[in-house]
Amino acid sequence: MSQHYPALIIVVPLLAALAAAAAGWINKRYCFPIAVASLAASFVSSVFLLGRVIRVKEVIYEMAGWTAPIGIVYRVDALNGLVIVVVTAVALVNLIYSKSAIEEDFPDKMGTYYALYILFATGLAGMVVTGDAFNLYVLMEIASLTGYSLMGLRRDRATVSALNYLIVGTIGATFYLLGVGYIYIATGTLNMAEIASFMSQMSDSGSIRMAFVICLAGLFIKMAFFPLHGWLPNAYTYTPTASIGLIAPLTTKVTVYIMIRMALSVFTPEFSFKTIELSGAIVWLAIIGIVAGSCMALAQKNFKKMFTYIIVAEVGYMVGGFWLGNRAGISGSVLHIANDALMTLALFMAAGIFARKIKGEEISDMQGLFRKMPWTMAAFVLGGLSIIGVPPTCGFFSKWYLISGGIEAGNYYFVGALLFSSLINAVLFFRIFEVAYFEPFSESHGHDHSHGHEAVAVEEAPLGMLIPFYVVAISLVILGIFSGDLITKIIYFAIPAGIV
Amino acid sequence: MEPLFSIGPILAVLTPVAAVPVLISSKNENVREGWTFLAAGALFLMVVSMLPSILEGARLEFVIATLTPSLAIKLTVDALGMLFALVASFLWIVTSAYSIGYMRTLKEHSQTRYYSFFALSLFATIGVAFSGNFFTMYLFYELLSLATYPLVTHHQDKEARSSGRKYLFYILGSSIAFLIPAMLITYAYTGTLDFGSQGFMAGHGIPPKLLLLLLGMFIFGFAKCGIMPFHSWLPAAMVAPTPVSALLHAVAVVKVGVFCVIRVITGVFGTDFLSSLQYNSYLAYLAAFTILAASLIALSQDNLKRRLAFSTIGQLSYIILGAALLTRYSLTASMLHIAMHAFGKITLFFCAGAIFAASGIKNISRMVGIGKRMPWTMGAFLVGSLSVIGLPPAGGLISKWFLVLGTLESDQIFFLFVLLASSLLNAAYFLPIVYRAFFCSEEESQFENKVDEVPAWCLGPIMVTATASLILFFYPQPFLRLARQAVQTILGG
Repeated sequence: MSQHYPALIIVVPLLAALAAAAAGWINKRYCFPIAVASLAASFVSSVFLLGRVIRVKEVIYEMAGWTAPIGIVYRVDALNGLVIVVVTAVALVNLIYSKSAIEEDFPDKMGTYYALYILFATGLAGMVVTGDAFNLYVLMEIASLTGYSLMGLRRDRATVSALNYLIVGTIGATFYLLGVGYIYIATGTLNMAEIASFMSQMSDSGSIRMAFVICLAGLFIKMAFFPLHGWLPNAYTYTPTASIGLIAPLTTKVTVYIMIRMALSVFTPEFSFKTIELSGAIVWLAIIGIVAGSCMALAQKNFKKMFTYIIVAEVGYMVGGFWLGNRAGISGSVLHIANDALMTLALFMAAGIFARKIKGEEISDMQGLFRKMPWTMAAFVLGGLSIIGVPPTCGFFSKWYLISGGIEAGNYYFVGALLFSSLINAVLFFRIFEVAYFEPFSESHGHDHSHGHEAVAVEEAPLGMLIPFYVVAISLVILGIFSGDLITKIIYFAIPAGIV
Repeated sequence: MEPLFSIGPILAVLTPVAAVPVLISSKNENVREGWTFLAAGALFLMVVSMLPSILEGARLEFVIATLTPSLAIKLTVDALGMLFALVASFLWIVTSAYSIGYMRTLKEHSQTRYYSFFALSLFATIGVAFSGNFFTMYLFYELLSLATYPLVTHHQDKEARSSGRKYLFYILGSSIAFLIPAMLITYAYTGTLDFGSQGFMAGHGIPPKLLLLLLGMFIFGFAKCGIMPFHSWLPAAMVAPTPVSALLHAVAVVKVGVFCVIRVITGVFGTDFLSSLQYNSYLAYLAAFTILAASLIALSQDNLKRRLAFSTIGQLSYIILGAALLTRYSLTASMLHIAMHAFGKITLFFCAGAIFAASGIKNISRMVGIGKRMPWTMGAFLVGSLSVIGLPPAGGLISKWFLVLGTLESDQIFFLFVLLASSLLNAAYFLPIVYRAFFCSEEESQFENKVDEVPAWCLGPIMVTATASLILFFYPQPFLRLARQAVQTILGG
């Protein structure tokens, strides 16, 4: 059993997706338990798998017993061992949180929706554990096709932006495929470890360089790295509640993981950081991306849209941190994959709850929310503080490593960009907190401090949403306090020993 | 001496937080306030229980989490931290009593939130006092900024909103912009953030110019210390209810600021290293400027709380000046002044609040003759003023006396004149208030000649802190002993 964890992570939900679709025809009530059970199984497997990876450093699983060059290999080490836990955890928690939202938004299509949801999670999980460059492309396509449906299943406006998402996503994936094609022509293999073993002799080859650049371009499109971010805010703003909690936290983060995987394990650090002299330029783009993303977030009145620009800036954190090329920067980048997934999830969970309780999606619609829903707001404040980077929330600790990386690399522009972004984030969130705290709920006018603040009945989100939200919000603090363990026990081993 | 493992520090730090769930869930206000008292009393007892071992020269340590082998979230109790924690935890008890009187008299809204965040603020304050390294100190410092925001903006009106913005802009903005990079650059060079008795900056080859920059970033990053030009959040924060101003903006928050500055000077840079660089003189001149400028501005303020706020800014710079002079007496004075000023200034704030609660008056020009109506309150105000000016028989004299000795010891007569000038100014902005309150003709008096004091819940705490200010003049222990001991570990001997 235990040696099959890598397969279980994928196979259980894959089968469950079919079951959920079928259950949608028979009795809709079965869909939710099936989905939860399968994703829970996936999550538990990935936790055990991570435990094993911590002990033995690397777990290799050959699908159906076919060995490497011919068969598909799942290879899990400290890097993706951590990411897979994050992916399955986010998918599971968001599913539980979304139960009522799914019932409301998709009463007729519940079977389909659950099947798509599980398939999307499976696609992402597969992208994380696979050790095969082409298999990764296939799973990427699964994820983007299901993701497209998850986005566009409900509203007219969402359909258009989802189509946009599909087109851009396909372009990105095609670039990636093209790059893999170049690699295959040059090396004759699609297995990542095997490609890496050829790299030392082939680093001068033009097609390898071409492959690297094209792959990277494709991934940058998919992760909405500045200046290729244009599609993301529109696509995410109109996505239904249940889908956004899955797509927004995970898609960009998994793509960042793939970038790291390709750079470290396929093209090798020697090639990525030294032979190809791109890291300086990429860090500069990241710096601009961080600043621009933060500024654009500041210009938004719609809070969901504001969150999406925060994502753009956060992608800049991770990409920039990684391409600093030192241990602190890469550690910060990997840590931020985990932290930012949860932070983003917290933000969109809050947005989902607000969307049910208040009429608009503008910041100015959030008046009096601290009185109306104090518990939701308390957890939302935690999420905001984590984005700002206030200790002891996890956002502070990834920033700590990223800034250390910037200082070590002597790149004070990157350090400045991160600090700037923290300051802007503080403005962004305290602007929301101010509206929610100082302005009285709804239409009541002419308040003075002894009367105006009473009489608003507390009207909280249902517990089915609130409890998962709190799980995420509290985990932001727990992850922060134990980030030292994450770094020394896991992430340290995810980075090749040659990088200091 | 190696630190001893103890769970005392963590228990003390967690006590205020432990009370928060009860505060939130209690339906009855008497139960809620009862719990506040219980938590404050428990905290004080826990702090006191660690006092004997600290006085014996031990350091108590508890590691909360290890981030990297050289970096941990760690609590350490030493003499300086103990001094501060004693002051803060004792005054929390007194302020809780005062809060009951004040908040109920004025029928303030959202009292549950108020008491909860008050407890959280104390949690962060004690955390700063007991921080074992710079990282932990930063962590609690930041928590304090956030926990006090809802208190400062308690009234939730326009004025509170803009003051809250100013508060955050200065406090959170400066810490993100200055403290985080300074801390990380320091860590990148030194590989440690643990306070040493002579700091940890020396001997790592940090260029002198960068050292000066780092010192500046640390000092201005801790904007809670109120040094100019990063002081204007403090007068703005006076929109808070008076108990908040009293405990947080005369004791906890601002003292956390100067406490952190003392830590930077002694525990991060180290007195020997700093005096070899001579950067301390920049800091001393800046503090001297702040002392004089704040006192002059205080003279012109008619709103009593604002006058007190500017007085606080000046007094905080006494502490910074004492630390920056780097001599035995001046350091002792600096640490001692944390305690002495706290008792004096909290009395003054309590009085200001009592006057407001009883009569609704905020401005000094309308307080003529108030001594006849509130003799006890104004008597306490006199004691508080004496303490802040540095006149006998109040505790403030002792720390000022040491500070004067410190200026002589360092041969910097200029600062002696600054201190004298400031004392005169202090007298000039406090004593007329008291004088006019008691001595005025019948026509001038704005009050009927009838004693009408605030409720006992307000007056009792005022009497306690005023008496304490007097007692500290005759018996400045254990604060003096703790300060001396802290200086001894730094300078030896």
